Amino acid sequence: MAGNADGRTVVVTGIGVVAPGGLGREAFWERITSGVPATRRITFFDPEGFRCQVAAECDFDPRAAGLTPQEIRRMDRAAQLAVVAAREAIDDAGGPGLTPERTAVTVGNAVGCTMGLEREYTVVSDGGRKWVVDHDYAVPELYDYFAPSSLAREVAWDCAAEGPVSVVSSGCTSGIDALGYAVGLIEEGSADVVVAGATDAPLSPITVACFDAIKATSTINDRPQEACRPFDADRRGLVLGEGAAMFVLETLESARRRGARIYCSIPGYATRANGFHMTGLKPDGREMAEAIRIALDRARLGGDRVDYVNAHGSGTKQNDRHETAAVKHALGPRAYDVPMSSIKSMVGHSLGAIGAIEAAACALAIDRNVVPPTANLHTKDPECDLDYVPLTAREHRTDVALSVGSGFGGFQSAIVFAGAAS
Amino acid sequence: MSAVVTGLGVVAPNGMGAEEYWSAVCDGKSGIDRIRRFDCTGYPVTLAGELGSFDAAEHVPGRLRPETSMMSHIAFAAAELALADAVLDPADLPEYERGVITANATGGVEFGQRELQNLWSQGPSHVSAYMSIAWFFAATTGQLSIRHKLRGHCGVVVSEQAGGLDALGHARRALRADHRMVLAGGTESALSPAGVVAQIPTRNLSTRTDPNRAYLPFDADANGYVGGEGGAILVVEEGTAARERGAPTIYGELAGYAATFDPRPGTGRPPALEQAVRKALADAGTDPRDVDVVFADAYGVPDLDLIEAETISKVFGPYGVPVTAPKTMTGRIYAGAGALDVAAALLSIRDGLIPPTVNVTRLAAGCAIDLVREGPRPSRVRTALVLARGHGGFNAALVVRAA
Repeated sequence: MAGNADGRTVVVTGIGVVAPGGLGREAFWERITSGVPATRRITFFDPEGFRCQVAAECDFDPRAAGLTPQEIRRMDRAAQLAVVAAREAIDDAGGPGLTPERTAVTVGNAVGCTMGLEREYTVVSDGGRKWVVDHDYAVPELYDYFAPSSLAREVAWDCAAEGPVSVVSSGCTSGIDALGYAVGLIEEGSADVVVAGATDAPLSPITVACFDAIKATSTINDRPQEACRPFDADRRGLVLGEGAAMFVLETLESARRRGARIYCSIPGYATRANGFHMTGLKPDGREMAEAIRIALDRARLGGDRVDYVNAHGSGTKQNDRHETAAVKHALGPRAYDVPMSSIKSMVGHSLGAIGAIEAAACALAIDRNVVPPTANLHTKDPECDLDYVPLTAREHRTDVALSVGSGFGGFQSAIVFAGAAS
Repeated sequence: MSAVVTGLGVVAPNGMGAEEYWSAVCDGKSGIDRIRRFDCTGYPVTLAGELGSFDAAEHVPGRLRPETSMMSHIAFAAAELALADAVLDPADLPEYERGVITANATGGVEFGQRELQNLWSQGPSHVSAYMSIAWFFAATTGQLSIRHKLRGHCGVVVSEQAGGLDALGHARRALRADHRMVLAGGTESALSPAGVVAQIPTRNLSTRTDPNRAYLPFDADANGYVGGEGGAILVVEEGTAARERGAPTIYGELAGYAATFDPRPGTGRPPALEQAVRKALADAGTDPRDVDVVFADAYGVPDLDLIEAETISKVFGPYGVPVTAPKTMTGRIYAGAGALDVAAALLSIRDGLIPPTVNVTRLAAGCAIDLVREGPRPSRVRTALVLARGHGGFNAALVVRAA
C-alpha cells in the first residue's frame, strides 16, 4: 500500500455518506453507479423567478436518521448531515478506539450554515424590511449559523474528540483540503485518529441567487435530470447540491493492529492557486496540473500508476476544458487511457462537501473495482477528448485513484487514494 | 526548519500599522467606543472596537472595493503593510513556494446582510454578482492570492477566535512541507446589525455602556466581552530562506503550536486549554520557566476567565508569569485576535516591554495570575505564549521566541 512520504501512512477505515439520491454509503454507491441523476426541480422553496430551478436535494429526515429533537433544533442542516455521516463512518470503522486527546475532527465546508442563517435572517429582518434587525427575535443558535466552526463542534461533541478540531473553508476545494489537512495531523503526530470529511447544505434562496448572478448555474430547467452534463457539448452550467461525507482516518499500523478493514491509504495531497481571478480559470490548467504532480510525488507514484481520475467536472464550459487540459498536462499520454468521470452529473455540486463525497466515490471504486460514470454525456465537447466513462459504470481494476477539485479564489486541489496492491 | 516572522501588518481599532498600534497599547489607549456604524439605540449592546478612521479607498483598488467585504478590505491593507515591512516582493520567490493562509470566523457579514436584504426586499435578480465571491470564508485568501501572486498553498481555517493562531500553525506546516513564505493571519469585521445581533443570545457580550467598565477580563466585575474589528497578517518565512534573502527584520520564530478542543459540557471532563499549552510548549521544546509573558485569550466571561487563569497558574505556578491582554483596548476581534496578539508578542520581544491590560481593577476570586495592569512593564522578553479560544470550545496556543 502506497505510504506517505514524510510520516506515518494514513488509511481510511470508515466511510459515511449522506448524498442526494443515496442516504448512507451503500445507497450512495448504488446511486452513482446506476448513472441515474438525483437532480430535480427544487422543492425546498419555490424556485419560480430564479435562473436555475434545479438542484440535487437529499431526502434526509433528521429524525429517521437518528438525531434527537434537541439535536434537530440546535443544528443547522449542514451540521445534521455531517453528524449523521460521521456516525456511519465510525460505525463502519468497527470501534476505532477513540481516545479523546488523540482524536481530531476536520470538517470542510464552503458557505456555512446557509439554511439556518437565511431562515433566521428573514425573521430578525422581518422579511428583509429592516437593516437594523430585531434582536428580540434572535434564536440561541443564530451565532452558530454565522460561525461555521459550529459544524466541527457538533461532530467533535458527538465523537468526544478533544484533539485539534477545525473547519477548513477554502470554498469548493474544502472537501479535498479538509482531508489533506486531516492526513497531515496524523502524519505529524498531532492525532492518531481523525474524523474528517465535509458538509454543505446550501440549497436556500440566497445561494441559488448568488450562483445565478454569475450565470454559473444550468438553465436546463425543463429536464431536471439532464441539467448537469459535464464534458457534454451541450452543457450549460453547474447544478447545486447538498450532502456530507465523513471518514475515519488512522495510521496503517493502528488499523492493522486492531484488524480493521482498510479501504485505502491517502498518500498524497496538494493544493495550488492560479493567482489569476476569483472565478476565471486560465485555459492551460497549469496550477491544477501542478497540484496533481505534487500530490503524486508525495505519494511516490508516477502518473502511469493512476487507474481512475475523479473529475471536478462541474459542467460549466470553462471548468471542463480547464480540467481536461490540466489532466493531460499532468499525466501526459496516459491521460487518454485513464477513465475519468464526474459524479456531479448525478449528485450535483455540493460546494464544500463535494470533494469529500468524491473521495468516498474513489475509496469505494478502489474497494469494488468499478468506476462510476458521467451521466448525461451523450456528445463530447470536441475540446474534451478524454475517456469520461459516459452513462454507465464500468468494471475496472482500480488501485490508485486521483481526485481533483477547483474552486473560487483560483484554488486547485488534488488528492491520491491507493489500495492494497500499490 | 524554522518559521520566522519578517513582516507585521496590523489593522486595529486603536492603531493603523504595527507601530501605531504598538504605541497605542503601550500607552493604554483604547479603541473601544459607542458603535457608530449603525444606529444601535435599541440594542442591549452598544460598544465595539470599530475601525473608525479606516478608509478602504486608501488601501483597496477602486475596482475591488465593491467586489469585497470589510474583512477583505482589512486584509488587503494588512498584507500590504506586512510585505512592505518585510521588504519582500513575493514574485521574487519560486512560484509555487509562496502561499497564503487566513482565518475568519463569520465571513463577509455586512456584505452578506446587504445582499440578503436585496434578495428578500427586491428579489433574486437584485443580488450582486459579487455576492458569491465576497461573502464566503475563502474570499480573503483568494483575493490575497490574486493580488500578490501567491500560487502555492492557499488555506482557510474557521475555528472562531482560535482561528488566527490556527492559521499561523497551518502556515508552519506549509513551510515545513515545501514553502519559502506564507502570508498568514486573520481579519474580521462582524459589525453589521445582523453580526452583532447574532451574538446577543450567547449572553457573552457585555451590555455595559461605559467603554472603561465594559470589557474586564479576570476582573471580579467581568460581565462579558466587547467585539472589535481588524486583525493582522504576518509574513512568515522559512528561517534559512529569510536569512539568505537578507530579510531586514526577523521579529522572532513561531516556535511551537498546538490546538485542542474542550469536552462537551456536562461530561465532567476537564477543559482542554491546559493540554494545548503543554503541547505547544513541548512542540517548541520550551520549559514553562522559560516563558516570559502570556498573552491571554481573556474572554471577559467569568467562568471562561477562571478556566484560563487556573490553567496559567497550574502550568506556570500562581502569579508565576506576567499575563496581559492588550485586547482590552481593541475588543475581541475573533479570528483577527490571534495574529494581532502574536504581533504584540513579537514587539514585546523587540522592545522589552509588556503592554498593559486596561480597566481591570480587582482580580476575580481564583484568578491567581500576575496580570500586567500598570504599563507598559519593562521586562526582558525572549519567549512569549499566546492563547486564543473560539466560541464552542476551540483552544489554540502558540509559542513565539526571539530568533
